[in-house]
Amino acid sequence: MLNQLHVQPQASLALEVKNLDVSLNDGTAIVSDISFTVLAGQILALVGESGSGKTTIATALLAHTRHGARIVHGEVNVAGLNVLRLDQEALRQVRGKQVSYVPQNPSTALNPLITIRSHLADVLRSHEPGLDVAQQQASIVNALKEVELPHEDAFLHRYPHQLSGGQQQRVLLALSFITRPSVIVLDEPTTALDVTTQAKVLLTVKKLCQHYGVAAVYVSHDLAVVKKIADHVIVLYGGRIAEKASATALFSRPLHPYSQGLINAIPDIHLHTIPVPIIGNAPSLQSRGAGCVFEPRCKRAKLECKTSMPALEPLSAREDHAVACINLPAHAPQLKIIRSTGPASSRVLVLGSQQPLLEVKHLSASFDGKQVLKDISFHLKKGECLALVGESGSGKTTISRAIAGLNAQALGSLYFNGQALALAARGRSAAFSHQIQYIFQNPYQSLNPRQTVRQTLLNTVRHYFPSKLKDSHEVVAAALKRVALDPRIADSFPKELSGGELQRVSIARALVCEPSLLICDEITSALDVSVQAAILELIKSLQRNGLAIIFVTHNLGIVRSISDRVLVLKHGRIVESGEVDTLLDQPRQPYTKELINDSPSIVDI
Amino acid sequence: MQNLELKDFSSVTPEQISLPATAGPIDRGLAEVTEHSSPLPSHVRKKGIISTNLLKWIAKRTLSSILGLFVISMLVFVATQALPSDPARVILGPEASEEATQILRHQLGLDQSLVTQYLHWIKPALVGDFGISIDSKMPVVNLIAGKVKNTLILLGLTLLVLIPAAFTIGIYLALHKDALLDRLAISFLIFVKAVPSFAIAYGLVMLLSTLVFNIFPAVSLIQANQSVWSQLQFMVLPMLTLVLSSLPYLVRLIRGSLIEVLQSDFIISAHLRGLSRTQIIWKYAIPNAVIPAIQAIALISSVLLGGALVVEVVFAYPGIGSALNAAVDIRDIPVIQAVVVFLASGVMVINLLADVVTVLLTPKLRTA
Repeated sequence: MLNQLHVQPQASLALEVKNLDVSLNDGTAIVSDISFTVLAGQILALVGESGSGKTTIATALLAHTRHGARIVHGEVNVAGLNVLRLDQEALRQVRGKQVSYVPQNPSTALNPLITIRSHLADVLRSHEPGLDVAQQQASIVNALKEVELPHEDAFLHRYPHQLSGGQQQRVLLALSFITRPSVIVLDEPTTALDVTTQAKVLLTVKKLCQHYGVAAVYVSHDLAVVKKIADHVIVLYGGRIAEKASATALFSRPLHPYSQGLINAIPDIHLHTIPVPIIGNAPSLQSRGAGCVFEPRCKRAKLECKTSMPALEPLSAREDHAVACINLPAHAPQLKIIRSTGPASSRVLVLGSQQPLLEVKHLSASFDGKQVLKDISFHLKKGECLALVGESGSGKTTISRAIAGLNAQALGSLYFNGQALALAARGRSAAFSHQIQYIFQNPYQSLNPRQTVRQTLLNTVRHYFPSKLKDSHEVVAAALKRVALDPRIADSFPKELSGGELQRVSIARALVCEPSLLICDEITSALDVSVQAAILELIKSLQRNGLAIIFVTHNLGIVRSISDRVLVLKHGRIVESGEVDTLLDQPRQPYTKELINDSPSIVDI
Repeated sequence: MQNLELKDFSSVTPEQISLPATAGPIDRGLAEVTEHSSPLPSHVRKKGIISTNLLKWIAKRTLSSILGLFVISMLVFVATQALPSDPARVILGPEASEEATQILRHQLGLDQSLVTQYLHWIKPALVGDFGISIDSKMPVVNLIAGKVKNTLILLGLTLLVLIPAAFTIGIYLALHKDALLDRLAISFLIFVKAVPSFAIAYGLVMLLSTLVFNIFPAVSLIQANQSVWSQLQFMVLPMLTLVLSSLPYLVRLIRGSLIEVLQSDFIISAHLRGLSRTQIIWKYAIPNAVIPAIQAIALISSVLLGGALVVEVVFAYPGIGSALNAAVDIRDIPVIQAVVVFLASGVMVINLLADVVTVLLTPKLRTA
């Protein structure tokens, strides 16, 4: 089907955005001065962290803003039409037909009450009302084939909840491609998916865009994914374009200090360096000053940066590379991506003869009669970081919960410092339970919203070490200092803190228990890349001070940068385990190889 | 006993009701089955509306309702027998001799064990015989059948007006959220909710049958020997009172749930796919907003079933609420037992229906 069509020899301009400004209704700017073009068949990536305005721009391309915001001015030209100037009915005809949109979270983006077929048929009815039943059916079947989904009646009559996340995302792709649009906007379409599923979906997107000459705008926070798919990249910071370049140029010669920082902050499976965080947090909408938005976090900032807003200047007339920075060095050095071959110096040497801190023997667990863990055995030494890796459903969280004593169905035996440890937390003595601490994935949900940081920390101290309470001020200050937080935030409530700060508070809460084992369950997946790097740095320093860490993640880049040993899990079994560099460089099992191959990387292999 | 039935239903706040979204235990159990059953191969499911699992669930749910009813019948029996009065004494009056009372107690079986008494009561009750009323000496069933019918008709008429009205108003307000009319309507609904139902009833009497207009009779003088349908004019004011007192809660619930749905991802996505507004509202938004309303309607129905007492008193409407009240007053235990068992079964049936309808309308639950 796809091969019958060929790529247009001379790519034409498919999308042109000029001076787009979007503000809150009170006039506070969300994004300013956004201009770019995309050629037919090409993919432009909009990259940025939370608050960069990437989703705002994405939906503005369809003349949509979230509640409370509006498009102040600008042009979005698609096929000669300025989308922002259309009346309601004309806009409806353009949406989904000329410009289509693939939303972020596939599980909430489909109507739970209607079938897959109904979703597709509704789009056809809206944009191609002339089709008869047979043509409609043919079009639907074709659309599903294109996104590599089954197309039998049985599949068409399924409801969204009966599909996997990857399938739901493919349905959303089919809904966007079925009308043969000239522009498709993809808003972080793979964030909710597993690495392997993500890799496959990305491949489909790229193929479809090339074959049908569709211009794609791909919104993402993940530079590694962007490298895999995009032709051009726009790096956004604080609602403005920081840098605009071809993908090759950006990854080989990033010029804006933010782009450089962002690339250095990515934990990458092929890099042996520890990711370097960008100090500070993204500015809120209200706190953006008159100068460069990045100035407060910039190492190169001069006095001038505080006062004047840098314009986006092309490097030269020939190059398609523009940067918004007034302080570019005359000869920008090439970014060195250090790709070492030997084991990274950061690896902690663990003595072979030392007694294991934790031993897990024949651990299994069932849920609803289905076995989710099968005969898991491993051990962990003091000061060692063990990564548990696998896709969702592989059992990695089940293992960590069982070790924390939170899984009632678990069977098997645990030994801590050579002594048997009860499987249920309530069967453990306080002497044991304070030693094993659990840090949760989502810091926005794991702290009591009605308690200040101080109360949260002191409640924990009161539980294990009531005698320390007489120096409560010192205890809190010391705990916050240990996770590199300003002690002055002690009296803040969780809602006043950023995600990175909240995760640090969660870690501080674990540390006041004086643990010897920290279980970190995907603790950085809800955070921005630059903040994630800082948390990883913190965990690494805690490990150097002798803490043992179990780090649950699906990101092999994090595994490479932080762990000493790895367990690869699939369907509740250990597929492969070993020392991290050996395992990632010379995987033996096909499943491990697949995971490694599918991991996006910023390094060309 | 009395307190239970006098519960005024305007005191029920939306927070007190568990909606399918926050899930009652039944729905949750079913949802778990769906989530953890392995992903189905595409050929397994055809368009079948009702799966075998669903039929099994309905059967199980019905069975547990019946068991629940037995437990309730025991509680009712024990509670009524424990009332601080002696039926034999009630029947014979204060003048009767101790001997005569003893004989009657023996005849009534009151000197037997509670278990034996319960069995004596429940066996005929299973075929609809709840014994003889102590007060009127008539079979209980004959005594309350007419009242039950009146109550059911009033309930039916109320729902018939209430549901379309609440949906129309709720949907309209949700679609015009924050407009002047919406803000006024919400304030008005809060006001109506704050007014006790007897005040609404008297207000309606003043408005529609005395001071302003004189259209409907102020008292429901229903003739027992005539069909209710020929006397509909007597139903209007009690029905309107009940509609008005239930309307605020239901309207606000429907409005709220539609507003929430309209802001959800799949509605925004549908807009961005260029679907027409009409289609989005009718096919994507409203069906998703209806489901939470089903449980609310069930709750309103359960409360109206036994809690229309105020209205029955104001309009002298011969329903089950005033029958129960009278029976409690004179310790007419067989009547109390029959009425309470009827109300309990009614609530069970209503909840069962609501759960089944919810499941049938929710593909995720239906295909489990």
